[in-house]
Amino acid sequence: MTQLALVIDLNVCVGCHACVTSCKEWNTSGLAGFMSDDNPYAKDPTGTFFNRVQTFEVGEYPNTETVHFPKSCLHCEDPPCVPVCPTGASYKRAEDGIVLVDYDKCIGCKYCAWACPYGVRELDEHQKVMKKCTLCVDRIYDDKLPAAERKPACVMACPTSARLFGDIHDPASEVSQAIRESGGYALMPEWGTHPANHYLPRRKTQIKIHKDELERVDNPLKIDGQLPKPRTSDPALDDVTSW
Amino acid sequence: MHPAFSVIFLTTLIGAGQGLFLALYGVETGAHFDLIAPAPPVFFGGGCVLSAVLLVAGLAASFFHLGHPERAWRSAAMWRTSWLSREVIVLPAFIAAVFVYGTAHYLGSGASGWIGAFATVLCVALFVCTGMIYACLEFLQEWHTPLTLINFFLLGTASGSMLAAAFAAFTATQLLEPLGVAAVTVTALALVMRVAALARNARIRPKSSLQTAIGVKHPRIAQKSQGLMGGSFNTREFFHGKGMRLVRAVKWIFLLLAFPVPALLAIVGLRQGMAALLVLAFTVQFLGLVAERWFFFAQARHPQNLYYEVIS
Repeated sequence: MTQLALVIDLNVCVGCHACVTSCKEWNTSGLAGFMSDDNPYAKDPTGTFFNRVQTFEVGEYPNTETVHFPKSCLHCEDPPCVPVCPTGASYKRAEDGIVLVDYDKCIGCKYCAWACPYGVRELDEHQKVMKKCTLCVDRIYDDKLPAAERKPACVMACPTSARLFGDIHDPASEVSQAIRESGGYALMPEWGTHPANHYLPRRKTQIKIHKDELERVDNPLKIDGQLPKPRTSDPALDDVTSW
Repeated sequence: MHPAFSVIFLTTLIGAGQGLFLALYGVETGAHFDLIAPAPPVFFGGGCVLSAVLLVAGLAASFFHLGHPERAWRSAAMWRTSWLSREVIVLPAFIAAVFVYGTAHYLGSGASGWIGAFATVLCVALFVCTGMIYACLEFLQEWHTPLTLINFFLLGTASGSMLAAAFAAFTATQLLEPLGVAAVTVTALALVMRVAALARNARIRPKSSLQTAIGVKHPRIAQKSQGLMGGSFNTREFFHGKGMRLVRAVKWIFLLLAFPVPALLAIVGLRQGMAALLVLAFTVQFLGLVAERWFFFAQARHPQNLYYEVIS
């Protein structure tokens, strides 16, 4: 069984919103119709997006860290939005695990959005149907595109390659390896939705240097303790011989 | 959650309609076992018309909630998994059953008892469906409790039996006493359970936090941007948008208007035999229940709001 998903590396994401704009561009031009915007250049702009990049500040000044956090439908393996849909418009594809909305069946009752703890479903205020990330289902299977471009628009657009796309049920896939080896985690695990999309945590490269690595304990010149022992801050001839 | 008046009127109107039907069938059953005086056909016929009007009005209100009401017929499809779909099936079935029940009384058919029993099953099923639409959403912790079902049942029954008492004042005065006592009793019981729900919800500890929402282990996380400069569906649909003072005020308004005020009005109305007071009692209680349902939605905190706390 296949479960397509995105893996988003928070360590790499710089919060440029390229995934947001490319997602909107691709999907507003698609078969399903436009993704409406109201007052885009005026007061109170609002519109439909499949993908948002949010920003969080972790810690307290001066020890803070900015986390850019892209969020789109997580294509849960146990999606709570699907069983509640009264019309069957919201469904999860058996063949690749993508959660989709059939815009021709959706009655716009918003119950699926209530049933999603992640807030990734947005009602289009003009078409009055529920919209959400499709994992660019109209791109990833398109034979007319070169094989390297059969990826979601957001993945293609990311300048830092923070977004990986693939089958998380295939243990050899790039995404499975990333989850396994770089500490991939799911959002809000407390609700048992088993999101397919995973996030890779922020990582810091740190080296640990012990005191004996800075100062040779077995320095033969010092064994008898006869030589002067200048302070470590004093200039040395070659970093070793003085002390 | 954002309280939508379409859903507020749907649930309060059908609750009153269901409660009224239960009162009618209660009267028939009680009279069958000689516990209370029998009622004239006009009480059942008129009562069924009233109940059906309330149910149809509730059904009509629900259409205003939909983006595509013309596709509403599709919503009967997923009854295997969706409580909303089940409600969509049971509500019209119950309206039809009330219609048949009223017709049976109008025609003087002896089968009305059995029809009423069948309609009662549908009535209870409808209460369960309506309540479960909210109670089944486990991460809306304020709703995910059996008290949601119990309160939908009790509040609907209280309002319906109050209406039955008011209606009896015009059509069957011999039933005023038992129906009035029933209405006040159910109202008192509903108050107890609603306060129990309030007490439970005041002690909820949210399972989700910003830490689990973005998966960062740190006690201090603050949102700086939600990825939009104005509002979005997510900022409008999941928050009532009112100050906490108003929300608290609505709580006290419904605690007064839905329970003690109509109960007192009903008691005085019964003592004095004033039908107008009973009508007033029902009206005040219905307004109180509208406030109660508004508060029910406003109080529910959706975990998605964790992602939408700051616009910048």
